[in-house]
Amino acid sequence: MHSWGGRAVLTDVFDALILLSNFVIIPVLTYGSQLALGALGITLIYGILRFANFAHGDLMAFGTMVTVLMTWWLQSIGVGLGPLPTALLALPVAIAITIVMVLFIDKSVFKFYRRKRSAPALFVIASIGVMFVLNGIVRFIIGPNDQRFSDGERFIIKARAFKQMTGLNEGLAIKVSQGLTISIAFLLVVALFWFLQRTRTGKAMRAYSDNEDLALLSGINPERVVMVTWIITATLATIAGTLYGLDKSFKPFTYFQLLLPLFAAAIVGGIGNPLGAILGGYVVAFSEVSITYAYKKFLKYLVPENWEPDGLVQFLSTDYKFAVSFIILVLVLLIRPTGILRGRVI
Amino acid sequence: MSFLSGLSMSGGYGGADILRGCDISVDKGEIAVIVGPNGAGKSTAMKALLGMLHLREGTVTLDGKDITQMSPQDRVKEGMAMVPQTNNVFVSMTVQENLEMGAFLRRDDIYRTMDLVFELFPILKDKRDQPAGELSGGQRQQVAVGRALMTGPQVLLLDEPTAGVSPIVMDELFDRILEVKQTGIAILMVEQNARQALNIADTGYVLVTGENKFTDTGEALLADPEVRRAFLGG
Repeated sequence: MHSWGGRAVLTDVFDALILLSNFVIIPVLTYGSQLALGALGITLIYGILRFANFAHGDLMAFGTMVTVLMTWWLQSIGVGLGPLPTALLALPVAIAITIVMVLFIDKSVFKFYRRKRSAPALFVIASIGVMFVLNGIVRFIIGPNDQRFSDGERFIIKARAFKQMTGLNEGLAIKVSQGLTISIAFLLVVALFWFLQRTRTGKAMRAYSDNEDLALLSGINPERVVMVTWIITATLATIAGTLYGLDKSFKPFTYFQLLLPLFAAAIVGGIGNPLGAILGGYVVAFSEVSITYAYKKFLKYLVPENWEPDGLVQFLSTDYKFAVSFIILVLVLLIRPTGILRGRVI
Repeated sequence: MSFLSGLSMSGGYGGADILRGCDISVDKGEIAVIVGPNGAGKSTAMKALLGMLHLREGTVTLDGKDITQMSPQDRVKEGMAMVPQTNNVFVSMTVQENLEMGAFLRRDDIYRTMDLVFELFPILKDKRDQPAGELSGGQRQQVAVGRALMTGPQVLLLDEPTAGVSPIVMDELFDRILEVKQTGIAILMVEQNARQALNIADTGYVLVTGENKFTDTGEALLADPEVRRAFLGG
């Protein structure tokens, strides 16, 4: 805080808030939305097929890889979306290919165990196998390196323009990828809940998740429910992966690492409960970002000049961000295994 | 031949036979009740009729058609509905959604049937938007029976519908079951409350270790001194 004049105090508070928005609030909403979409897939598979799908991170990688390849091809023939990333144009095709892929995996792997009515642990181990195979396929096709595929405009609001407009020290910046992630996630979640609450197939999915035997007695076809679940999961995974890739970059190993925050999100919210997955996504994102953010500059705006902190005021280095998910996971499993919104107990 | 009948049914879940040549049958507009001591195979006999148990011997026929090899799902399509003893409602779904799920296979107007269910169980109409898991035991049983009726069944199988409900609720539930019978549905029931169940039964089956011990009208069984002494507590 640089002076005690009333106007200056107000601008300092605004500056602090904008700083927080740039580095905590908007990133949390963006990352949280990406986690929410991914965790929804995990929670749906858990609710309907009754196993924890470890291949989900690599499924996101597979879907994103197809998007990246399609995007490159579209770019090479000069097709684009102007200010929006070309990847959005590639997305529908990538979703379709990913759906074909998961249905093939389900038919060739999981269906066998379903027919034998195997224990959930066997499904989990089979899913680890699927994870390695998908992982290998992705690295074989596109390689293990970082790939950039975002194009179009970078910013919705640029920091400099905002500063000029308002005369503040800090400029609000919102990236196109952030705006896209938040709005697409919102639309998808609304559509998913409408589907689950209002349509015949959606209700059948909920019924099957609630009570498998009674669903069978009601004439609900389990194979159809399973198929629809995989289709939704593949769609969500591809979109989540693509949005994450546009926001950061596409690297197969990062997607494998996402498994931890994704499971933390699904379990914190209450696994098997779609609303919980969304809530969990934001809780995990908020914890990760807020604990690894350095608050020094933020505090500088708010405290008198000579009270400025010497250190970075960062609780944990960003290298430890996965530890945050891990701690959340362990704490929830110890204290409230059903999660915030009472899903199933793992 | 009766509308639904299982003849000389034998079988079990692997291992030893639980059913040993038992006969159960029920006709439309009739209530048949299976009673007997614990472990007599009452529920197993009912499951065998629905195809949830593989029969080693014996046949099951529905409306004169041999359905012995049919899957439970196909039997549901053929007009058999069952209310399991436990976990018989979708707890996370509303009462109305439970009823809708009962009518999942139907493509005709289900709301006429739903009105009939609401007429039979008026309390469900008031609670239609409440999750079934939040209802009392007796109300849940009503949802469970309502869900089964929504399939538009010709045969209704009830596995201990009064388990865990108070005597007042039990009497009321039996009254409702009598009303369902009036609509021409065949009802087969397994019951622990043998005396009350035989009271409303057209036919009673007393099973002991998987065999038919006594078969007669409900009234006659209640009057039989041997049945009274051995199974009805005097």
